[in-house]
Amino acid sequence: MDADWAADLQAVALTLKLAGVVTLALLVLGTPLAWWLAHTRSRWKAPLSALVALPLVLPPTVLGFYLLMLMGPHGLVGQATQALGIGLLPFTFAGLVVASMLYSMPFVVQPIQTAFEAIGARPLEAAATLRAGPWERFVHVALPLARRGVLTAAVLGFAHTVGEFGVVLMIGGNIPGATRVISTQLYSHVEALEYPAAHRLAAMLLAFSFAVLLWVYRLRTRGSLLATGATTP
Amino acid sequence: MIEATLALSRGAFTLDVALSLPTDGVSALFGPSGCGKTTLLRCLAGLERAPGGRVVVDGQAWQDGAAFVPTHRRAVGVVFQEASLFEHLDVRANVAFGWKRLAPDQRRISLDDAIAWTGIEPLLARSTHGLSGGERQRVAIARALAVSPRLLLMDEPLAALDAARKAEILPAIERLHALSGIAIVYVSHAIAEVARLADHVVLMDAGRAVAAGPVGELLSRLDLPLPPGEDAGVVLQGEVGALDAPFHMARLDVPGAAFWTRDPALPVGHRIRLRVLARDVSLSLAAQPDSSIVNQIPATVEAIADDTHPSQVLVRLRTHAGGSALLARVTRRSAQALALAPGMAVWAMVKSVALLD
Repeated sequence: MDADWAADLQAVALTLKLAGVVTLALLVLGTPLAWWLAHTRSRWKAPLSALVALPLVLPPTVLGFYLLMLMGPHGLVGQATQALGIGLLPFTFAGLVVASMLYSMPFVVQPIQTAFEAIGARPLEAAATLRAGPWERFVHVALPLARRGVLTAAVLGFAHTVGEFGVVLMIGGNIPGATRVISTQLYSHVEALEYPAAHRLAAMLLAFSFAVLLWVYRLRTRGSLLATGATTP
Repeated sequence: MIEATLALSRGAFTLDVALSLPTDGVSALFGPSGCGKTTLLRCLAGLERAPGGRVVVDGQAWQDGAAFVPTHRRAVGVVFQEASLFEHLDVRANVAFGWKRLAPDQRRISLDDAIAWTGIEPLLARSTHGLSGGERQRVAIARALAVSPRLLLMDEPLAALDAARKAEILPAIERLHALSGIAIVYVSHAIAEVARLADHVVLMDAGRAVAAGPVGELLSRLDLPLPPGEDAGVVLQGEVGALDAPFHMARLDVPGAAFWTRDPALPVGHRIRLRVLARDVSLSLAAQPDSSIVNQIPATVEAIADDTHPSQVLVRLRTHAGGSALLARVTRRSAQALALAPGMAVWAMVKSVALLD
């Protein structure tokens, strides 16, 4: 039982670390992308939007399979990482981070993009007439006005990463301490017929996910998650 | 001096103007909705780019050939139709938003002045959310003033407000130029606002500047697509000339004419602006000493034009001594009966004048 506990705790810690890293990285990369998508008139907007949204409809195993091919020894990314001396990403924590970022991307990009679009051009124009340059307009006007969208994005991105399974299994495998997260630990418990231990983890995830969604819905008293551009799988 | 040569196309709409505006007063861009006045204003602000255009303000090129100074580097202040306050900042932070981005030596207008001129001291600690439409617009004006602009652009700042709010803000806008010395370009489709605020008017129609000139001259012209009907009239500028204390009346002197009105409680010498509507002016071939109309002004007929209704005509008059222009509305039958024709001497019987400030 003690060994079980230790393994569970290790999985929980790894999950939180993964979700934290992925959320931060997605906020840093996803916010400029959301800004671009919200303002561009480029013909690349539609294809890129579709690409970002793909994980919403794709079975995680499809994404995981292609990532495995890409990042494997014969894939383009795999050859690049090997040439750079990083080695191969599949079945490592770094590989898990990359895969999770792609998988959780729409949950971060879409709420931020929707929030940027909701601001409209006027506050930014007003800021320009008040001597604020492009960077100042982004930092001092757009970001504060989109803060709810950014917060929603962070929470949804975090929660969605915590809850993923298929991609993790394809890319990360189930290596204790490296890639074994809560969902795969739960899977191991069930395979070993350790139902009480499985219950413990399953209930934890259920409560966590409900609490997160409750918080998000409270944040936006009207409308639904769909209205923010995000859906739950 | 503001010089602008701008041309651009947006679908069916084409803007094509070349104009110069004085910087010592309030210039109105006046015309119906969709005539391009807002687009022109946005080009002056740099929010819209007319390729190959030219905008020079007091010798500084804001746009010339390929050179284009972005909005945030132009010494411009803009007040939009909706106040467009920053909802995440309180009133004080909104007013200071642009001011704190200026180098200290560029702050010709102090934050305190901008706040005092718009009367928003009581609002400073408030959030923007509880403000009325009029309060929001005053905060927006203070915010634009606080960047010490060379040019203050106002895009129908009263259009979204009800009559009571308009009455609350108009006096503040009227004082702005006198207090700050900043050149103001004011966009409006409401002739009442133009009559009250503008010194110089540019009449726009279908993307072109149809005519430009001092407000008194331009609004009296009969050859322009000015709003016809009840609003036809002239604006006259002058001063309080004399008082008749026992009868509580004052004489308002404008070039070439004087009008007695009820005493507005202003001192002699005070600058005033009058609006005389065409419907309040009738014509007579001789002075009428036995009439109750006190304001009988000798003038010469300059032109006659059709009014909106076929029964009426508009007559443009010039008061004697090369003075002001007046408009009179009379019936076509009267015009024929009196044999009105350009060059004829008549008496303008003015039933009422409106003191605008």
